[in-house]
Amino acid sequence: MIEAQALCKRFGAIAAVQGVSFHAADGRITGLLGPNGAGKSTTLRLLYTVLRPDAGDALIDGVSAVAAPLEAARRLGVLTHGAGIYPNLSARENILYFAALQGLPAAAARARTAELLRLLEMEEFADRRAKGFSQGQRVKTALARSLVHRPQNLILDEPTNGLDVMAVRSLRELLQRLRGEGHCVLFSSHVMAEVAVLCDEVVVIGSGRVLSHGTPEEIRTRTGTAALEEAFVALIARGQG
Amino acid sequence: MRAILIVFLKEFRENLRERRTLYTALILGPLLGPALFAGLLALQLHKGVASSDRALPVAVAHGERAPNLIAYLTEAGAQLTATELSGDDARRAVQRHRYERLLVVPEQYATSLAAGAPAPLQLYTDASDPGAAGDSERLRALLAQYSARVARLRVVARGIDPLLLNTLAVQDIDVSTPVTRSVLLLGTLSYLMLLTMLMGGVYLAIDATAGERERGSLEPLLTLPVRRAHLIFGKILAACAYMLLSLILTVTAFAILLRFTGLERLGMSINLGPAVAALLVLYCLPLVPLGAALMTIVAAYTRTYREAQSYLGLVLLVPTLPLVFAGVLGLRPTLALMAIPSLSQHFLITSLLRDEPLPLSFVALACGATLACGALLVGIAGRLYRREALLG
Repeated sequence: MIEAQALCKRFGAIAAVQGVSFHAADGRITGLLGPNGAGKSTTLRLLYTVLRPDAGDALIDGVSAVAAPLEAARRLGVLTHGAGIYPNLSARENILYFAALQGLPAAAARARTAELLRLLEMEEFADRRAKGFSQGQRVKTALARSLVHRPQNLILDEPTNGLDVMAVRSLRELLQRLRGEGHCVLFSSHVMAEVAVLCDEVVVIGSGRVLSHGTPEEIRTRTGTAALEEAFVALIARGQG
Repeated sequence: MRAILIVFLKEFRENLRERRTLYTALILGPLLGPALFAGLLALQLHKGVASSDRALPVAVAHGERAPNLIAYLTEAGAQLTATELSGDDARRAVQRHRYERLLVVPEQYATSLAAGAPAPLQLYTDASDPGAAGDSERLRALLAQYSARVARLRVVARGIDPLLLNTLAVQDIDVSTPVTRSVLLLGTLSYLMLLTMLMGGVYLAIDATAGERERGSLEPLLTLPVRRAHLIFGKILAACAYMLLSLILTVTAFAILLRFTGLERLGMSINLGPAVAALLVLYCLPLVPLGAALMTIVAAYTRTYREAQSYLGLVLLVPTLPLVFAGVLGLRPTLALMAIPSLSQHFLITSLLRDEPLPLSFVALACGATLACGALLVGIAGRLYRREALLG
């Protein structure tokens, strides 16, 4: 479970996040929806402990990301924006490196890595150097390495960026499967259709504030629109007005 | 602590696969430095040995006005070329390197000589041409000898003992040993050693910070439940490992190479056997973490790989600056100076090669002070990795 409590973050004169609160429950997929520059990435960075909030707190399974960042980080799997991996290591080595840093014993790390390679259908390129990987292969590698320690919570920053239809579909299936296993999945996106298909809960964010929070259904009714996209546009317009 | 080791092993292995790192750390530095040095040395040997046997080329204008002098110079091994140049033409000919040196005999030479007055001669040389300076010195010595001979003949002709002309009998005793004569060479040697050692860690320092950020792999790393200081310590440690490898290879290359250069022919010798080589590496060891931390800190402040590269080019010079000062000011090791990192290593290296060991207190201070500075910089690097701006 991930809980944002009145998170605030400024970069110089710019207030990127201004009092964002929401919670993402276990066994549900929560989408953080907003236009570019709305503060999605900054919010996620505050949640996954890379940035410290100026005010507010983030609780990961009840552990404060401010007071105990390492404890909180241990409960998280994170797919960062752009999915940067090491070009001189193979996919398997990239995953094993993170497994080691997560504190997994060597034998367990190898077994878990093999399992993920199978699960994500990566065996074909598992032992190739990552230098020439396609974006899809890179995202898969980054995803596998974020899941290697079986985190209860998964945060993904725009995971479908640059992926083709097939890759998006297999990512979707994976997230649904994780939901089925009772994990908490939180991802950001600016693609409406994706959020509509996948999410149980939607947090609409604009100009660093939460504009609306609820199931896609609730949001549609609340804004009096038929499609989520229209609801989104209406919310953004209202938020900026 | 385990994280430091994991990061170190990964960085070490990953960079073994990076041609650029391998090339600079293990090939370019350790081979180029010694090769350059050996080339320089061979050239110097060639010049030093050859010039005393070589004919002495001198251009002479109006040699017919001083037949005895010309005969004397020819006999002494000078290779004379007759020209008609004088005045400004003579000056220009030497300036433009048509002749290395030009001796002009003026019209009044013969009459002055006959009258017992100082006979004028004009010698054009270019003191800024190091290749010609040695031979010009030889010519001056010949002219002085000739002058002394004529003076003796004049005194004898007047019935006076020519020994009266010798007021002083100076005995010139050179106390330099073959080893100490190679001071300049030793300075260059220690400079090259320290430089190649630093170069070994450059790409790793860049890659671990600016490179990792540019690839987008830094942020995922920071999401892990690992202290950031431990991440950077692991990276610094990997840079240290490459610097150490580079250092060992360089010293080994020098040790092998110096066996094949004829230093003894110049009356010099350098003490660089296996035991000394091992001690050299040991003395340079304290400087390794300092250099690695310094480069990592600078690279961590830059935004891109390219920017880091250009800054580190400058940083490479910083630890070698004290050596330059030491060379220019002719500094000798004192206890206080041993507290300055890199200068102290320079002193330790040269003293070892000269076979004049410094007191143990000097060695202890050098190692202690350098290690302390290194620890300070490593600490700063650790704090630097806690900054949020690191993400760029």
